[in-house]
Amino acid sequence: MNAATNAVRPAFLALLLGTAAIAVPAQAETIEVTIDRLAYAPAAIEAKVGDEVEWINKDALVHTATVTGGAEVLLPAKKSGRLRLQEPGSFDYICRYHPNMKGHITVRP
Amino acid sequence: MTIRLTTAAAAIALLIGGNWALAADKPTDPQIAHIAYTAGVIDIEAAKQAIATSKNKAVVEFAESMVRDHESVNKQALDLVKKLNVTPEDNGTSKALSQAAETKRSELAKLTGADFDKAYVENEVAYHKQVNGALETLLIPSAQNAELKSLLETGLKLFQGHQQHAEHIATELK
Repeated sequence: MNAATNAVRPAFLALLLGTAAIAVPAQAETIEVTIDRLAYAPAAIEAKVGDEVEWINKDALVHTATVTGGAEVLLPAKKSGRLRLQEPGSFDYICRYHPNMKGHITVRP
Repeated sequence: MTIRLTTAAAAIALLIGGNWALAADKPTDPQIAHIAYTAGVIDIEAAKQAIATSKNKAVVEFAESMVRDHESVNKQALDLVKKLNVTPEDNGTSKALSQAAETKRSELAKLTGADFDKAYVENEVAYHKQVNGALETLLIPSAQNAELKSLLETGLKLFQGHQQHAEHIATELK
């Protein structure tokens, strides 16, 4: 839920500051997802096309973030990996090695 | 509590089918460390047998991740016992596990191709189920040291994932 709040905030700030939010495309953001003890946190995130997700793997195990039939990011032990979101949609993802790890990304246009 | 532990012990004894030397006794931390480590070694050996024998990509990849994960957890376990200055202590459960694994290994050694794949993956499902049951009902509740308990809890989550992964492959092999 935090990620959702974070994703909304820049637009809100832009309004407050009187920026021409419509004319200037919002800057792409990096959304962090931490992996600790075989869980993605936050498990569900919201983003927009062009944003990047960075998974920070704190486990001493190799994980992946894998969208079934789609993108896969390999996340070695104690390392991180990134993925730029290129299309809008609603995506479930899992760790291919530990299918009980489940995450979700909502990508807005 | 005693009843629950006795039931758990009986259940494990039944699953292992070997001698159950510990009976209703609560294992001590040095024994728990030994059991957890032994269970990991057994699965690594089974995986190595599968990597050498199987020609099925999904099975080999699964086996490779078993080696990777269990080696990582066992390394963490060794680091922990070193830090805690604990000497893992051999015990009836570890012995029974090793014995059952040896029997399984020679059984699997007689198989090839799809027969081997099926038997290996089915055993991985059963084995992880057995170890997870032991972790949940006996080893985690018995662990006294907080760090050991925490490592076992992470292990349980990890091995539940392994079980699901194995179950998934088992369905694909049918």
